[in-house]
Amino acid sequence: MITTETVNVQDEKKSAFLGSLSSAFQGVESYTALRKSAWDTLSKFAIPGTKTEAWKYTRVGKVINQARKKSGGNTQINLPEIAIGGLRYVFVDGVFRADLSDELTWQGLNIRRTGESAENNLLGTLSNHNADWFEAVNAAFFNDGLVIDVDKHTHIDCPIHLVFFASEENTAAFSRNVISLQESSSLQVFTHYIGSQHSTFSSVVTEAFVAKNASLKIDKIQEGNEAAFHHVEWTKQERDSRFDITTVTLKSSWVRNDLNIRVAGENCHSSLTGAYLPSGKEHVDNHTMVDHMVPNCESDEKYKGIVRENATAVFNGKVFVRPDAQKTNAFQQNANIVLDDTATMFSKPELEIYADDVKCSHGSTTGQFDEEAVFYLRARGIGEVMARKLLVEAFLADVITTLSDERLQSYCTEKIQQLMHS
Amino acid sequence: MLQIKDLHANIDGTEILKGLSLHIKPGEIHAIMGPNGSGKSTLASVLAGNEDYEITGGSVAFGDKDLLELSTEDRAREGLFLAFQYPVEIPGVSNINFLRTAVNEIREYKGEEPMSAGDFLKLVKERSALVELDGKLANRSVNEGFSGGEKKRNEVFQMAMLEPKLAILDETDSGLDIDALKIVAQGVNAMRSPERSFVVITHYQRLLDYIVPDFVHVLYKGKIVKSGSKELALELEARGYDWIKEEVSA
Repeated sequence: MITTETVNVQDEKKSAFLGSLSSAFQGVESYTALRKSAWDTLSKFAIPGTKTEAWKYTRVGKVINQARKKSGGNTQINLPEIAIGGLRYVFVDGVFRADLSDELTWQGLNIRRTGESAENNLLGTLSNHNADWFEAVNAAFFNDGLVIDVDKHTHIDCPIHLVFFASEENTAAFSRNVISLQESSSLQVFTHYIGSQHSTFSSVVTEAFVAKNASLKIDKIQEGNEAAFHHVEWTKQERDSRFDITTVTLKSSWVRNDLNIRVAGENCHSSLTGAYLPSGKEHVDNHTMVDHMVPNCESDEKYKGIVRENATAVFNGKVFVRPDAQKTNAFQQNANIVLDDTATMFSKPELEIYADDVKCSHGSTTGQFDEEAVFYLRARGIGEVMARKLLVEAFLADVITTLSDERLQSYCTEKIQQLMHS
Repeated sequence: MLQIKDLHANIDGTEILKGLSLHIKPGEIHAIMGPNGSGKSTLASVLAGNEDYEITGGSVAFGDKDLLELSTEDRAREGLFLAFQYPVEIPGVSNINFLRTAVNEIREYKGEEPMSAGDFLKLVKERSALVELDGKLANRSVNEGFSGGEKKRNEVFQMAMLEPKLAILDETDSGLDIDALKIVAQGVNAMRSPERSFVVITHYQRLLDYIVPDFVHVLYKGKIVKSGSKELALELEARGYDWIKEEVSA
């Protein structure tokens, strides 16, 4: 009896949530095959809960227990104070803002809007909308985003700066990006996700294709405030390519990041770094997956967090080394400082290695501030606040320094210090 | 300079210092010796402000200040320096950045302007040479991957940078070979001045051949039980501590 009731409650919540989105996002067309399979997933599976392994530690009530509407995207916004040069494209509540954005097409670089161009044949080819409920929600409702193509042998020497604002109370926004680097090209993308004091839900799925000998760097900064963020990156690397991504989660009430890399060609390098520092009632979940499908590749992963005051952080790092992927070097490290008894950290490295001639290592540490170090610094005349500041900076430094631009690094360092002393 | 009167201190409910008194005047070097477990390192920790210890009685005046009322950082800013027996490794914090922060926080406390980068680097160069600390060590993370000897030299280097009024060297000689010991002593001697005092805590007389004390005290069961000149250290080296213990229990 109890089971049936639970299912009924689940069903009611599911239909209320999907119902509000269906009416809000009416008229979303194109990509019919993708959307059909997404809807199959949504009807087949329950909303992820404690029994869904990949969502075990992340409660989704904050996102789904609220009817969501679609925004007109007209909110007046202040652009972030980071100017890193390059081309900037701005979405407000999922709506492209031409008035705040640069021209779409540049030499060697082809940028189109997902919602306004012909169907892209790469979109939906990597993502997991057939099994993951939230990726299916994104696939069912997305209405815009960017498709970025870099021509063969083209090195784009200015960064592409994507800004996603979430501003209007009780709105949902669904965006879908495709980044495609042709052979021997390179690109740096800075995605800045910004929320407001209003409750919003925004889901962005980005599929990246890094061709032979190409190099893609993504710097991702999340400042959700009261926003709930569901951000998914799927990347496929061809031979001799390089993919680097740094994810820094500043103040954000609810974040789920899914970062998945398929290493499909030999001699690739992939690096994944992340930093998070939730406090208050914030929740940050980083799920990563590196799939070594072929031999002679290297992946290097380092996630670091400081968790305090009732906050929860989740790190789940999967590394697959398939039977053919001999001579793989895969490293993973997750280090956490849990500052008080009320904060919670779930750290789960998962290595599945099916090849026998590989070098793989992983380490997960969760501890407290080194009080001996604090005392040592104080004994040299450094005040307690400054001592802790130095130690926080030192702890996160090897993640923050992987951001490609010094201005991003100092932006994050400064924000982190403000957060630690608020 | 430093006036300790009848100091009592506990850790986890066990009394370690049981009425210790000591008076140090400007420019003096006092050596504190004693068998293991007599309270030597506790004295150093208590003076530096380690909150693991509970002060249950007595007083400590540092200049015109009540030392026990000051926070750890304010003790340092007032001119107290502890060279740690076991210096902590702090990965990610560069030795230079750390020292610069310390120097400038101390200057700010005294109402002075921050030291310019040029002056600071000049001072680093000059003072690191005192302990023959390779310039490259100054740019590494604090104590990270340093050998035992390098850590102790780094303590003396920090002392030379911060120019304290009173430096407490807590077993700075332990684990050092004779060459490292000489270097450490040379650094300390270079910093001697009529205004600066030292407390040298050690097990062994050997260090006192190089840093010559004005007074030698024996600490036993939480109290100073005997004081004398530098010859006392030689006597202790020759005869051990048993005769002191007998004198105390007699």
